[in-house]
Amino acid sequence: MAVVATKAVPVERRVGVGATVRQTATLAWRSLVQVKHNPWDLLDLSIQPIMFLLLFTFVFGGAISGSTGDYLQFALPGLVVQNALFYTLSTAIGLNTDISKGVFDRLRSLPIARTAPLAGRIVADTFKQVWAFGLLMGFGMLLGFRVQTSVAGVLGALALLVVVALAMSWMSVLIGLKASSPEKVQMIAFSAMMPLTFTSSALVDPVTFPAWLRAWSEVNPVSYLADAIRGLLIGGEVATPALVSLLWAAGFVAVFAPLAIRVFRTRV
Amino acid sequence: MRYAIEAEGLAKRYGETTALAGVDLVVPPGRLLGVLGPNGAGKTTAVRILATLLAPDAGRATVGGFDVVRESHQVRTLIGLTGQYAAVDEMLTGVENLLMIGRLLGLSRSESRARAAQLLDRFDLADAGGRAAKTFSGGMRRRLDLAASLVGRPQVLFLDEPTTGLDPRSRTDLWGVVRGLMADGVTVLLTTQYLEEADQLADDIVVFDHGRVIASGTSDELKSTTGAQVLEVSPLRADQLGLVAKVVEAVVETPPEVANGKVTVAVHDPQVVPAVVRRLDELGVVASELALRKSSLDEVFLSLTGHRADAKAVV
Repeated sequence: MAVVATKAVPVERRVGVGATVRQTATLAWRSLVQVKHNPWDLLDLSIQPIMFLLLFTFVFGGAISGSTGDYLQFALPGLVVQNALFYTLSTAIGLNTDISKGVFDRLRSLPIARTAPLAGRIVADTFKQVWAFGLLMGFGMLLGFRVQTSVAGVLGALALLVVVALAMSWMSVLIGLKASSPEKVQMIAFSAMMPLTFTSSALVDPVTFPAWLRAWSEVNPVSYLADAIRGLLIGGEVATPALVSLLWAAGFVAVFAPLAIRVFRTRV
Repeated sequence: MRYAIEAEGLAKRYGETTALAGVDLVVPPGRLLGVLGPNGAGKTTAVRILATLLAPDAGRATVGGFDVVRESHQVRTLIGLTGQYAAVDEMLTGVENLLMIGRLLGLSRSESRARAAQLLDRFDLADAGGRAAKTFSGGMRRRLDLAASLVGRPQVLFLDEPTTGLDPRSRTDLWGVVRGLMADGVTVLLTTQYLEEADQLADDIVVFDHGRVIASGTSDELKSTTGAQVLEVSPLRADQLGLVAKVVEAVVETPPEVANGKVTVAVHDPQVVPAVVRRLDELGVVASELALRKSSLDEVFLSLTGHRADAKAVV
């Protein structure tokens, strides 16, 4: 043991693709297995969307749409979008926690692919997104929501949500790397995501908005995503809002991926 | 290759702050280098550079012969790192934390399990291994953290203030673990604010202050660099403390430090001891303690830097 490897001993110079995938899977496992010890974590992930679903349906439903059933049919796709967008920030919270606890440094000191810690977390968060989608759909259907398209429509909605959420997770990574504490991330999440989703067509029809707000809601990317998901679940126009959503997603990646990667590389 | 760790002229700035201003150090294989210095002296920055977490602005460093910047992946295959805080995933159990590292390092599932069990056993965590790490005490977390850095059987281990914040018992336990690793032939670079820790563990010591190495050598060499031994005299009767101080000052010709019923002064010539004894005898003062000892690292630090090394006193 006293002998330190010299350059004569072949040491792998870099991490291969297979190893990168394995390391990503291990780190995704690590994020998911936590749920086993913290059923609260899963509850946390589940309670908020269900609470929103119940509150919106039964408190506002009658006032907004005349009946809770009509409103649920309109709002569930929007709630699904809202929840998915909120949830992208859990990537930031998890990453920031790792950084502040020193786990991130431990991982970076290991001979593993540089991308594995990020990729592992994003893979795990994608699983959680799918769970939350299934949960909201299931609960919504218990309350009377009916899919008016097809299974393909539902799968399409899920696929679109996951793609957009993945694109947004680049922003989340940037916030996670930059924020000084996990609490700060929560605050950013709340103060950015709340207004963004509420001023879109996700939860109400923007016709009653004042003109200036309506103008904003028409360019708000959340409106396009909500319209696309609504179209995929209960029928209506899909092509344009889905395309615009994907363009927004591409824009997000183009702007935030290079920034996040730069910060990731120079992170001290 | 002569050195397991070798650094030359390492420099790092954060904006206006100079964290490292040109640090040279070497650690031969199988030795333990203690890096001693107060908070903000640049110890952690040096460790982060050597552990490939941070690129230096200037200078170069190798670990196991590999350059920490250009051959960082190879360096990572050789090292283990235990940082200032216990870098364990609090949501995972002790076993899972170690399993994760084992799997990341390419061990099979069963190898990872075996290695985890072995390390938990060695660190006295076998019973707690199935519990989430957030339920662990501070000392247990540190041990788990250290275990995690050993999963890959590193040849070079960086311990950055491994005992900061630990109670004395946990600290002594951890020292035992470090000695065990030394016996296995692992090269260790350990940073500490505790002079006693460096004194206890280190083969060689470098003293950092303001991003520079201000002294280096073995503990004994450092103690003799002040050129001084320390004379301590306590009178049996507390009211004679002032008198003793006067006697000591007259003989040694430097004003002594008077505290805790004890007169302490650095002496360069051992001949002063019999002179002090004679003078006290003439005056009828009985000493309950009269000793000549090597200066402690704390006194060395004080004489090197002009300030004491303990965290409280650091500005």
